[in-house]
Amino acid sequence: MYVYDDFDRTLVAERVADFRDQVARRLAGELTEDEFKPLRLMNGVYLQLHAYMLRVAVPYGTLSSRQLRTLARIGRRYDRHYGHFTTRQNLQFNWIKLSDLPDAMAELAEAGLHGMQTSGNCVRNITTDQWAGVAPDEIEDPRVWAEILRRHSTLHPEFTFLPRKFKIAVTAAKRDRAAVRVHDIGLRLHKNAAGEAGFEVIVGGGLGRTPFIGKTIKPFLPKRDLLSYVEAILRVYNQYGRRDNIYKARIKILVHELGAEKFASEVEAEWLTIKDGALAIDPALVTAIASHFRYPRYAPLVDNPPELARARGNDAAFDTWFRNAVARHKAAGYAIVTLSLKPEGGPPGDATSDQMDAVADLADRYSAGEIRVGHEQNLVLPHVAQRDLHALWQALDAIGVATPNVGLVSDIISCPGLDYCSLANTRSIPVAQELTRRFRDLAAQRELGRLHINISGCINACGHHHVGHIGILGVEKNGEEFYQITLGGRADEEAELGALVGPAVPYAEVADMVEDVVAAYRELRAGPQELFIDTVKRIGVEPFKERVYAAR
Amino acid sequence: MTAPSQQKLKINGSAVVTANRLGDGAVVYRAAVGGWTTRLDAAAIVGTAAEASALLTEANADERQAVAAYVAPVALSGGHIEPANLRERIRLAGPTFALPASFGI
Repeated sequence: MYVYDDFDRTLVAERVADFRDQVARRLAGELTEDEFKPLRLMNGVYLQLHAYMLRVAVPYGTLSSRQLRTLARIGRRYDRHYGHFTTRQNLQFNWIKLSDLPDAMAELAEAGLHGMQTSGNCVRNITTDQWAGVAPDEIEDPRVWAEILRRHSTLHPEFTFLPRKFKIAVTAAKRDRAAVRVHDIGLRLHKNAAGEAGFEVIVGGGLGRTPFIGKTIKPFLPKRDLLSYVEAILRVYNQYGRRDNIYKARIKILVHELGAEKFASEVEAEWLTIKDGALAIDPALVTAIASHFRYPRYAPLVDNPPELARARGNDAAFDTWFRNAVARHKAAGYAIVTLSLKPEGGPPGDATSDQMDAVADLADRYSAGEIRVGHEQNLVLPHVAQRDLHALWQALDAIGVATPNVGLVSDIISCPGLDYCSLANTRSIPVAQELTRRFRDLAAQRELGRLHINISGCINACGHHHVGHIGILGVEKNGEEFYQITLGGRADEEAELGALVGPAVPYAEVADMVEDVVAAYRELRAGPQELFIDTVKRIGVEPFKERVYAAR
Repeated sequence: MTAPSQQKLKINGSAVVTANRLGDGAVVYRAAVGGWTTRLDAAAIVGTAAEASALLTEANADERQAVAAYVAPVALSGGHIEPANLRERIRLAGPTFALPASFGI
């Protein structure tokens, strides 16, 4: 858990006071909408179809139980008793009133929460592995580096008016759970041959209208140079990035047009002028920031305790959930537990205020008061003693967050789509809901194995459809909703963009189409052990196209 | 991708001017009697680009009450008025599924 210091508290409180004044002046007519809009956006306040939307930052996806209770209360007091966890580890309130926002933000600030860096052309909330600090396959906690970058970027004047928004993700594990190769900057902390830890720096990844997998421009960057190198990248971007065309303004376009090699040489030249200056990271700073992250005192426990083995043997439903939602922890006798926010028929990523309160209580009881948010729009309890898993599961099941579908076909990532979003062309959530009904048979889901469906309601790709094993993109044609299907995308360490399987289908046929794709996979896979993504990689999309379009 | 407020003004049939109320973001329509209303059936209806442009200008001048105004198509049938596209139907009626708190997840 990250513990705020006086500087953090003062910064957030001052921002609330500023915003309260700005809202009052706007409502009094002293500020025009053109003057006010950039101010509200700097605090994560959007105007959507039906209402204002407040996006609350969850830095590196870590929440305390107190913070989650605060979010529950905000939802209850100022919104419609629920919130939506996003693909960038944030939380959105969809129905909040402008006139209530200053009070809501003041309550958030008391819990160390805010909407800074969740909107606008700045360095956005820095994301990381939702298992950071507890994953057995990581070399160290990447959140320390995310926090160093957050501190450097929050009020940095050069980074406040970038050509376009800028997203950074950090991972320190072998398995990439942070999708670092599809970010503006992806940072992969790893060890070199000498055993030293440093960063692989990946630049120019991104989805949206023009998707790219990021290019590695620095295979190994010493830790001390992280800030200076990131600053050099942002300076080159600030200098050469397109400001004349919003569709070409992201750094991915610059890297593509310049070429990764030329871009890297520009960064290198800039970096050499600043690398040994004030931005060189003093190890004492790292130690100081690391000290803000508090870890629970793990009890000396053993893996697979008798209570767990007994419960798994006696309770098949628990055993099914355990196999699906529980992962190994770095500390013996503990586990990482994923809470599915993807119940059958539910909007992906939504949690009610009651659920948030209940999860906060369970975090206090079983997970050292800590909760994580993953970009897959699920929650995580990161410090659960294995002996407590059966009791925890019963409590999670009672509040509807123990559907054993994590990583399976009904664990769908979806943007809010046209039901909420002013940019969307088509609906996303109802498509996801229908798919969860079509694939409601959990045994059949398990038999399919890992299969990610990602849905976006427009080309902005907030649902990350390009990197879904099955990607669904909504497009409007003559006022009607149509959906393109892509296959073979993935966001992990072998990141790939999906390939279009064929012509778009109308809303009424999209669930049928996905069922047909899955049926084709069953026919085409080399055997039950071959995952969907591996089948597509082995044979390409053509055999799928032949089958699913044959009857259309 | 492009919000209606950012699109070029084109009229093909009847239309209204819609916006979001400043204080709470609620969907409102420029009213036939002036000012804003949450009722589509009380909205001022225009039929030409010139009329729409004039109503939009009037709406934009009233940004103390409502923001992000744009022209939205409507369908008239037997004295009844309805939004003419899905986006506007959703703005008027809300999301097309039950909200989470209402189905108890």
